[in-house]
Amino acid sequence: MDIDVKKVAMLARIRLTEQETRDLGPQLTSIMAYIEQLAEVDTDGVTATAHPHDAAMPLRADVVSNTNKRDALQKPAPLTESGLYVVPKVIE
Amino acid sequence: MAFSSLTCLQQRLDAGETTAVALAQHYLDRIQKYNPGLNAFVDCNVPHVLAQAGASDAYRATHGARLLEGLPIAVKDIFCTSNGPTQCCSKILHNYHAPYDAHVITRLKEAGAVLVGKTNMDEFAMGSSTETSAFGTCRNPWNTATIPGGSSGGSAAAVAAALTPAAIGTDTGGSIRQPAALCGITGLKPTYGRVSRRGIIAFASSLDQAGPMTQTVRDAAMIGAVISGHDPADATSVADAPRVDWLGACESRDMTGLKIGRPREYFIDGMHDGVRASVDAALEQCRKLGAEIIDVSLPHTKYAVAAYYVIAPSEASANLSRYDAVRFGHRCDSPEDLLDMYTRSRDEGFGEEVKRRILTGAFALSSGYYDAYYLKAQQVRTLIRQDFEHAFEHVDVMATPTSPVPAFRIGEKTDDPLTMYLSDVFTIAVNLAGLPALSQPCGMADDLPVGLQWIAPAWQEGAVLSAAAAYEAATAWHRQHPALFTGDAA
Repeated sequence: MDIDVKKVAMLARIRLTEQETRDLGPQLTSIMAYIEQLAEVDTDGVTATAHPHDAAMPLRADVVSNTNKRDALQKPAPLTESGLYVVPKVIE
Repeated sequence: MAFSSLTCLQQRLDAGETTAVALAQHYLDRIQKYNPGLNAFVDCNVPHVLAQAGASDAYRATHGARLLEGLPIAVKDIFCTSNGPTQCCSKILHNYHAPYDAHVITRLKEAGAVLVGKTNMDEFAMGSSTETSAFGTCRNPWNTATIPGGSSGGSAAAVAAALTPAAIGTDTGGSIRQPAALCGITGLKPTYGRVSRRGIIAFASSLDQAGPMTQTVRDAAMIGAVISGHDPADATSVADAPRVDWLGACESRDMTGLKIGRPREYFIDGMHDGVRASVDAALEQCRKLGAEIIDVSLPHTKYAVAAYYVIAPSEASANLSRYDAVRFGHRCDSPEDLLDMYTRSRDEGFGEEVKRRILTGAFALSSGYYDAYYLKAQQVRTLIRQDFEHAFEHVDVMATPTSPVPAFRIGEKTDDPLTMYLSDVFTIAVNLAGLPALSQPCGMADDLPVGLQWIAPAWQEGAVLSAAAAYEAATAWHRQHPALFTGDAA
């Protein structure tokens, strides 16, 4: 299988160096080749397991349960101003 | 005193023979003396530890002792703590300070435990050797040229060398049990949904579970009793889980009538002879204690690693998309635009193995491949779960080796990711099925510890604790300690 490493890396929003791209290509190919053995398993009509115990999503009352913690939650941010996250310009 | 169990330390505290401050100082001295050679701790704030211990002694004097009053416990760097850094041993979380405590941390604090620091781990818990940590490799106290296992390798090494009497780890594909086995200690992975995942930095959300790493089975139960239970703030924490008599289960001393399954797919060619001999001898010991050993089959075992390496990286690629350099975490210098900021920050912040997993997951989930990989892996996951259900119609618990090999040398498996992935071949299926399992020491191979893994049906932590407690009481493997660390500090 040929994996377009650069395309996958862009989907994952990671800019790889040329060296990383060269190294990861064969590694991903060998990992996916190992995973290919799943194709041997007959899974016709088998339901998929997303959660080990098939638990239904619990519901809770629709009430406000937490207070405003904006300052504490923004403290780890790389850059904020007036309670807003600052990022590079998006629209010209 | 260094290698005392939590149980023993609790008795001494209750009898007034020592204080939380004295205990904390004792372990802090050992950390200072031995950690530079092991790299088991990545953060330890001495004044903060002593302040907690002082507060615990004061609490005991006025209110009496809570369940873990004054007992030192270390936690993996994956648990958010409101005090000190939480970095998941990744550059992308360099100097990150979490705004709140993980539910497990809250429970430990409310029980009076003294949190002694953060332990080393594979970056984002992705690894089986603690070699992918941004803080450098952690070493195995039994032979410092070997790895401690992973990803909770720092927790395992810290307990094995008695830098702390107990620690907490997390287990996504074996990350509590495999390092416990390789370092000669006890590690319990509870049933998925037993312990809240809130505040545990997410790797693979349908697999991650936290649990204790300790000197003895009873110590694991003491911590299990405290950290388990429903948390309404974690939607995957199960509200009506069957209750466990954590400490009562550890009173078990014989195995009369116990049916132990020996899954033939876990005794394979290629496993280390010393591991096989130790586990065979352990099963013979169980037979002497009255158990019946029954051969069982888990026919889809050979597909577990492949299914895991679709499901876990897929979930990881989604979970780790939150590191966007906006709300927290590393941001690159002078980004040109938004895309440059995302892509360069993530390239600089994530280590090699983490990138490998994110890309594997992103590929498996990408357009046109979802059915062939993610859906297929989830269907195989169902078959693996059903294998266990069928086998447990005939047996009460299963016993297997925890790892096919003892601790390997540092650097031995870092060049070939797939070889590293296969070191979790005996632990991964348990996570896919969401079952409780425990590893305890059962022998030595090449002068390194060997682990025996107990597996029980969902919610039956009591069954693994009973079997392990009876085995422990009849053997002395848990009382062996690495010679380099048996001297007193100071």
